[in-house]
Amino acid sequence: MRQTMATMALVLAAGTAAAQIAPAVVYSMGEKFDGSFNEAAYRGAERFKTETGIDYRDFVVSNEAQFEQAHRRFARLPANPIVGVGFLQTAAVTTVAKEFPALRFTVIDSVVDLPNVQSVLFKEHEGSFLVGMAAALAAKSGKIGFVGGMDIPLIRKFACGYEQGARHANPRIELIQNMTGSTPAAWTDPARGAELARGQIDRGADVIYAAAGTTGLGVLQAAKDRGKLSIGVDSNQNHLHPGSVLTSMLKRVDLATYESFKAARDGSWKAGVRVLGLKEGGVDWALDRHNAGLIGAEMKAKVEAAKADIVAGKITVHDYMSNNRCGA
Amino acid sequence: MSARPAGLPRWVDVGLIPACNVALALGVAGLIVLAIGESPWRAIRIMVTGALGQGEAIGYTLYYATNYVFTGLAVAVAFHAGLFNIGGEGQAYIGGLGVGLAMLALDRLLPGWLLAPIGLALAALFGAAWAAIPAWLQAYRGSHIVITTIMFNFLAAALIVYLMVNVLIAPGSMAAESREFAPAARLPMMHEVLGMVGIKVGHTPLNLSIVIAVAAGIGVWLFLWHTPLGYELRAVGHSERAAVYAGIRSRRVVVASLCLSGALAGLAGLNEILGVHHRLFLNFVAGAGFTGIAVALMGRNHPIGVGLAALLFGALQQGGAELAFEIPSITREMVVVIQGLVILFSGALAYWLRPSFERLFARGSG
Repeated sequence: MRQTMATMALVLAAGTAAAQIAPAVVYSMGEKFDGSFNEAAYRGAERFKTETGIDYRDFVVSNEAQFEQAHRRFARLPANPIVGVGFLQTAAVTTVAKEFPALRFTVIDSVVDLPNVQSVLFKEHEGSFLVGMAAALAAKSGKIGFVGGMDIPLIRKFACGYEQGARHANPRIELIQNMTGSTPAAWTDPARGAELARGQIDRGADVIYAAAGTTGLGVLQAAKDRGKLSIGVDSNQNHLHPGSVLTSMLKRVDLATYESFKAARDGSWKAGVRVLGLKEGGVDWALDRHNAGLIGAEMKAKVEAAKADIVAGKITVHDYMSNNRCGA
Repeated sequence: MSARPAGLPRWVDVGLIPACNVALALGVAGLIVLAIGESPWRAIRIMVTGALGQGEAIGYTLYYATNYVFTGLAVAVAFHAGLFNIGGEGQAYIGGLGVGLAMLALDRLLPGWLLAPIGLALAALFGAAWAAIPAWLQAYRGSHIVITTIMFNFLAAALIVYLMVNVLIAPGSMAAESREFAPAARLPMMHEVLGMVGIKVGHTPLNLSIVIAVAAGIGVWLFLWHTPLGYELRAVGHSERAAVYAGIRSRRVVVASLCLSGALAGLAGLNEILGVHHRLFLNFVAGAGFTGIAVALMGRNHPIGVGLAALLFGALQQGGAELAFEIPSITREMVVVIQGLVILFSGALAYWLRPSFERLFARGSG
């Protein structure tokens, strides 16, 4: 009954004007303002709101059972399209998208093969390759660090791209890797992030890349306190410590969210898999006034050259997830 | 623990005082809601209807409560033996692993009516085994149970992350998740069971585990108060030296009680893995093991009390989610504050009102 009503509402909405959509976002585990992954999705939704004046609904879950609940609640409003941020929502989006075949869903960082779901994947390994090069070129000691959140395939993908980029710039580079923990608290523990970063600095690391949600903020802080360099992730984090954050690996979750909303409004929304790499502008390294003093002309030229080569297909960055190994 | 203080009718002690505690907590929470500029009435209404308003809300509340009954009973059983088992989180996690491993190995070979009891047995067995090591260390080596069980939570998390990421991950999966079990390997969902007898309710994660939870509550009650081992367990809890003097082999009782405790906690893993998700993934316990401690304290370590406290916590969890959904300015953190206030008033400050009531009733009867 509810479902038929949702369908009818949708048909009505489609009939009157393309502009009448009611978008919604379900964030990944953790905080909305994590300065990183979730916040990127929030910015994308906000941008849509400013440009079009159309408000959206959003929800932060406190446990995994709530993903399905949140999607179903939004679907009943009906919200449309509904964006699920993060691979943890795969099962929830699959279930709810089947129940509401007339609504449109977008899932980020995962693939759901249904006719009303758009799946957005990012080539994090390509973006990480670029910041890995920058790290290796900036590290005078020849040692660089990586702090991940949990030891899961997605984070290994970041680490693997980073390592390849660093070796591309300096084959003798030494990489120190740490994961923060084995529970989801690993994403929200800046104190531990700072501790790990200090440990890596003590072992000689000059540049540390954090791919660990809010935990990464601690890494960035520790690097600044010790006069070393750090690399931010997902959102542009250069402004957090100008002169200390070397660059950020941009993962344009904001773009994916914004484009899903906008396409739904314009009537050009399509189901299927979208893979956003360097070529599509889905990942990149961040250059702005906050890190202009840290990126020398030579470094910039080398990284930009590699970027052009990756876009042109002359350099292939290995994707950890393709074979669950870092290496072909 | 179960002794009733003199001077108060039983209905006041187990009914009126807890109700006043919850009302006080909600009153303070209401002030906070008022302070951020929202209507406390509306917030309360959303929480209550969100938790108990219709079939689907009740389904979610009972689903959360199922986990809390298992972990609450686990803490309660250990408590009666004088042991503070903080390892429910890890034991539930490992219990779920046991179910998952069994299903991944057998789901295509055996029929569903055989898989469910196997899952039940393995959840209990794995949970018990995970508790057995700290139990043995406590009984025979004097390592403090609080320290070892809490450490074993981290060991469980590390072990499962390792297994999920390196061994059990479904090929080509983004998330560290196993493949989905075959359709035979699942406990019947409550909305399916009720649908068969003609009652239509919404789609919720509530499954047959709740029946097992009720049975576990009755079983714990029978065991503690109507069996010799249950008597020995409570004797050790009251005074270990007296128990030894009476001829009870207290070390064996310590190990047995913690194994039972771990087995009960492990069943929360059964609810999540075989009941709801039908695959293994990370962090499916989601704090239910720790909530179980509060549930047991609030339920005064009695199965009936644990059941009621589990219902309250389930309702808070579900109603809180609805609250955050309906009133966006009440964030998830605010909901945690409200839940914390309820725990504070009905757990930590449980005896706070008693002197006033005692005076009141002494005057009334005198």
